[in-house]
Amino acid sequence: MRVTFTVNGREEAVDGVWEGESLLYVLRERVGLPGSKNACEQGECGSCTVYLDGTPVCSCLVAAGQAEGRQVRTVEGLADGGRLDPVQEAFVECGAVQCGFCTPGLIVQAHDLIERVARPSDAEIREALAGNLCRCTGYEKILDAVRLAAARKSAGRPAAGRTPGQTVGQTAGQTAGQGTPGGEAAG
Amino acid sequence: MDFLRPTTWEEALAAKADQPEALPVQGGTDVMVEINFDVRRPPALLDLTRVAELREWTVEDGGGCRVGAGVTYTTVIEELGGALPGLAQASRTVGSPQIRNRGTVGGNLGAASPAGDSHPPLLAAGAEIEVESRDRGIRLIPAEEFYLGVKRSALLPDELIRAVRLRAAGGPQYFSKVGTRNAMVIAVCSFAIALHPEDRRVGTGVGSAAPTPLRALEAEEFLRGELDWDAPLDPALARRFGELCAGAASPIDDVRGTAGYRRHAIGVMARRTLAWAWNDHLGRRAA
Repeated sequence: MRVTFTVNGREEAVDGVWEGESLLYVLRERVGLPGSKNACEQGECGSCTVYLDGTPVCSCLVAAGQAEGRQVRTVEGLADGGRLDPVQEAFVECGAVQCGFCTPGLIVQAHDLIERVARPSDAEIREALAGNLCRCTGYEKILDAVRLAAARKSAGRPAAGRTPGQTVGQTAGQTAGQGTPGGEAAG
Repeated sequence: MDFLRPTTWEEALAAKADQPEALPVQGGTDVMVEINFDVRRPPALLDLTRVAELREWTVEDGGGCRVGAGVTYTTVIEELGGALPGLAQASRTVGSPQIRNRGTVGGNLGAASPAGDSHPPLLAAGAEIEVESRDRGIRLIPAEEFYLGVKRSALLPDELIRAVRLRAAGGPQYFSKVGTRNAMVIAVCSFAIALHPEDRRVGTGVGSAAPTPLRALEAEEFLRGELDWDAPLDPALARRFGELCAGAASPIDDVRGTAGYRRHAIGVMARRTLAWAWNDHLGRRAA
């Protein structure tokens, strides 16, 4: 069947879609957007998280036909041209990426959190990311990155450009503007 | 495989009547797992996400609530926590934010897994399931008659689940669930309680501890006879209630837990949730 939907602002008409196929498969294998990762295929790991009509979902559990006429935004659609989204910047700066497989899903899910909650508490961050598994277990750096992105966003400050060798460490409870570069080594 | 996408309820009923073997799909959090893993190959998927009315809910002044089959767990949590606290508590324990954004109470009923988190609070609250077919119209099925076996329900092949009907909480409600972590957990076992002070009755729901979710009827009868609604909770009575709830379970050993553990945990959760609810009950009367 044909499925027509908007992905990252561009309309896509995809032919030959099998009726039982997932949105994730269509994105990766038919539209050429491999950012969303295919791991568990049962909604356990969150690596395939995308926005569907503005709501984060596991794209492996959305039937492709259900995306007909809908708006999809993937991790590839977060950056503004060549400029990374502040959440992406924060993940880079905090060393929140190890093998990188869980990163796209975490970034979309964290992006949604700080869109909705200006200053999420640690409990809120943990709850928001509860459905995203990092097999490298690099959760501390991931939490650092989300805190940093949230602090910058709520301070209305654009993310600093990436400076090689420079990292940012932030601890729980620090308010915006207090994050000091060079606090913690990248992991 | 066909992919059917009705946009109105009438179209959906017609599609199900014409193709009774079509598998309804709402959030896909159960159905798509089975398809991804090749466990199920239905001849057709019946996508209900375009039927807007299924996403609606109403709470009437008189206390009657109707929750459309397409209402997500996220919506229950954000919008129905006041009227339906037991169902909202259970909804908070479902999967992850991404799963709660898609998964629906109607889908939980359609799957009819004994471990589904919606079932215990629906049983405790005395909910009815509104189902409909094109040819025979609407049936209201009491929750305790809806679950027939492991992943089997009273839904007939040409019927679709349209809504859940229940009363807004007239008293405290609690849900408790045992699992290995606080997210992404299929219940080892679960328990829901609802106090109905208006008719001096306590409703129960036991989850993941028998082939179907069920009410602990003997335990409910025991409280109906013994509970003094004006007095503090007698610890001996709470213990006996726990024992009777544990006795209502007929659990199995499986990868998530043993039968003995499940039976024990049901007793503990029943006793605790009764104590929590009773504290609230006495607190409300004092206030």
